[in-house]
Amino acid sequence: MAKLTIRNAVKRYGALEVLHGISVAAQDGEFVVLVGPSGCGKSTLLRMIAGLESISDGEIEIGDRIVNDLEPNERDIAMVFQSYALYPHMTVRDNMAFSLKLARRSKQEIERKVDDAAAILDLAALLDRYPRQLSGGQRQRVAMGRAIVRNPAVFLFDEPLSNLDAKLRMQMRTEIKTLHQRLGTTMVYVTHDQMEAMTMADRIVVMRGGHIEQIGSPLEVYDAPANSFVAGFIGSPSMNFIDGTVVDGGGALELEVAHGPRWPLPDKARSYVGRSLRLGVRPEHIGISEQGVQSQVIIIEPTGSDTHLQLQTGQQSIVAAVRDRITVSPGQPIQLRYDAQKAHLFDPTSGNRLN
Amino acid sequence: MMLGKHTDMIARPRPRSRKWFRGEGWTALFFLLPGLIGIVLFLVLPILASIVLSFTNWQLLGSARFVGISNYVRLITTDPQFWTVLRNTLFFTVEYLVLNIIISLGLATWISSLKIGQRWFRVIFFLPTFTPLIAVAMVWMLIFTSGGLFDSLMASLSVPLAGVLNDRTLAMQAVVLTSIWAGVGYNTVLFNAALDMVPATYLEAARIDGATAWDRFWKIRLPLISPTLFFGTVMTAITSLQVFDQIYVMTKGGPGSSTATLGYAIYQRGFQNFQMGYASAIAWVMFALIMALTALQFWFQRKWVHYDA
Ligand SMILES: Nc1ncnc2c1ncn2[C@@H]1O[C@H](COP(=O)(O)OP(=O)(O)O)[C@@H](O)[C@H]1O
Ligand SMILES: [Mg+2]
Repeated sequence: MAKLTIRNAVKRYGALEVLHGISVAAQDGEFVVLVGPSGCGKSTLLRMIAGLESISDGEIEIGDRIVNDLEPNERDIAMVFQSYALYPHMTVRDNMAFSLKLARRSKQEIERKVDDAAAILDLAALLDRYPRQLSGGQRQRVAMGRAIVRNPAVFLFDEPLSNLDAKLRMQMRTEIKTLHQRLGTTMVYVTHDQMEAMTMADRIVVMRGGHIEQIGSPLEVYDAPANSFVAGFIGSPSMNFIDGTVVDGGGALELEVAHGPRWPLPDKARSYVGRSLRLGVRPEHIGISEQGVQSQVIIIEPTGSDTHLQLQTGQQSIVAAVRDRITVSPGQPIQLRYDAQKAHLFDPTSGNRLN
Repeated sequence: MMLGKHTDMIARPRPRSRKWFRGEGWTALFFLLPGLIGIVLFLVLPILASIVLSFTNWQLLGSARFVGISNYVRLITTDPQFWTVLRNTLFFTVEYLVLNIIISLGLATWISSLKIGQRWFRVIFFLPTFTPLIAVAMVWMLIFTSGGLFDSLMASLSVPLAGVLNDRTLAMQAVVLTSIWAGVGYNTVLFNAALDMVPATYLEAARIDGATAWDRFWKIRLPLISPTLFFGTVMTAITSLQVFDQIYVMTKGGPGSSTATLGYAIYQRGFQNFQMGYASAIAWVMFALIMALTALQFWFQRKWVHYDA
């Protein structure tokens, strides 16, 4: 178990810089999720921690050792790959025992550790099979087993669930989380799936284009996104953004939108009167009412628990997620209200949070 | 009723396959015909003929007389050259095979570790494969001939080594060296391609597991390319049991019979002594040897070849 500290990590491939000075720390035993769109540099950062990529600049510290110049196996980490990377010519048992054999541990110790890990992951019946004889979920568990037997200070996961179907993904999510609670080891988990990030993380690191956009607990990131990128990336369906100018409509503040109806604004927008603003509203904070913002139903998507409405207000597409069962039909005009106290305000040019 | 149902079930897929043979099948056959005629004329018929010939005393001219298995009997019991030839062939095959596989695997590994110029090295090592073996052998013959380049090189290094082609033991080594030069490129490119196809994540996982470069080669890469390695070994063994061109050009089987192999003996008996029946018998012994060795290799592959990747 150990703390992981990354200071100003930079990665360059030749002249191309893909990570521009990343600083983040994981506390001992913390479950940190790196999340961001594809190509933002999550895997690169994880591989730099693992020692599979060199560190162009900056420092990575595991426990109280700077690991920049250490080989992967000296860093006290274990990694689970997206493709699992189980050695195809070895049985499950040999896959799990490989690192211990290389470290010349005794036969009894190897056997004990493999059996322990197999028991934790429910792999005992599969130990003599080859990877090709396993299902996706089983392979995933073997990959975790291979990591566990090494008893590392930090576990690294690179999109370990993205090759699984939706149901198995949910199940494995729980298993990994359970494993974390059981082992109490520091874990760094990479995913592009914000739902995985929200449900699994103690702390989320949102990345984009080689920068960190925000670090925080799942609810902090959700409730107070640092900018409109994070706001749009975290949460499903995504937050609605409405750009316009703040006007004082006779006491009540309103957002004047080009070619569309005005949106009411909370009082905290008062200092921005006359200036342009980006209003962010989460779909679940929008409801239908007798009077409000005029809009039209385009598509109705019932998910069972709630209903997603694709709406058109002026030239803007809006998504609302309503809990109550409603009877509307495509093309029908409806009025929207939203919880103004839960509105998010952003600077339309920088995208930064204003309140 | 039951019977009707049954036959119906069995008969159902049939009309389809028959139709296939009637329609596209004939068209396909039509397109295959030129190749097929060639194969029948120049492969199937000669093979059948050589079986028949091996039981006769045909001398190319004149008529053939059926002699039963006496060609084979003579070969194994009285022919003074046969066992030498067999030993030479096996000696060549073993030495050449081992050296070829080790060198080509080494080169392939070295090329795949290069950061730049991989493609160039692949082309360079593959070049001898396009070059006619006869031409290669001639060049090497000129190098090794008495007073040739090799001799003057050895002289300038003050190594007492000259006229290797006239030496009973060294002549075979010159043939092996020539064969290696000509044959290593194909396996190098083959193994290099296989090594490059081993997914990088296996090697990365192994690095994290603490495998040194040495471990990664022996415990991960080699097992994962073992099917290709097996293919290369079997093919190389087959071609080296048939070795002929180099020997024909460089040593004519000499000095004495020290480099005469089965392939050369077939030529000698068939086209110098015109003992076609006898030559055919040697060819069939060679065939049996190749079959046996290949079968042995297939049997052994269970111990070392992994087809799971
Ligand atoms: N070997 C490489 N050479 C050049 N660019 C690379 C290399 N590997 C990754 N990149 C670039 O680095 C960026 C980040 O990649 P990656 O870390 O794989 O993203 P993510 O895992 O977030 O999808 C991408 O733009 C990718 O094109
Ligand atoms: Mg990635």
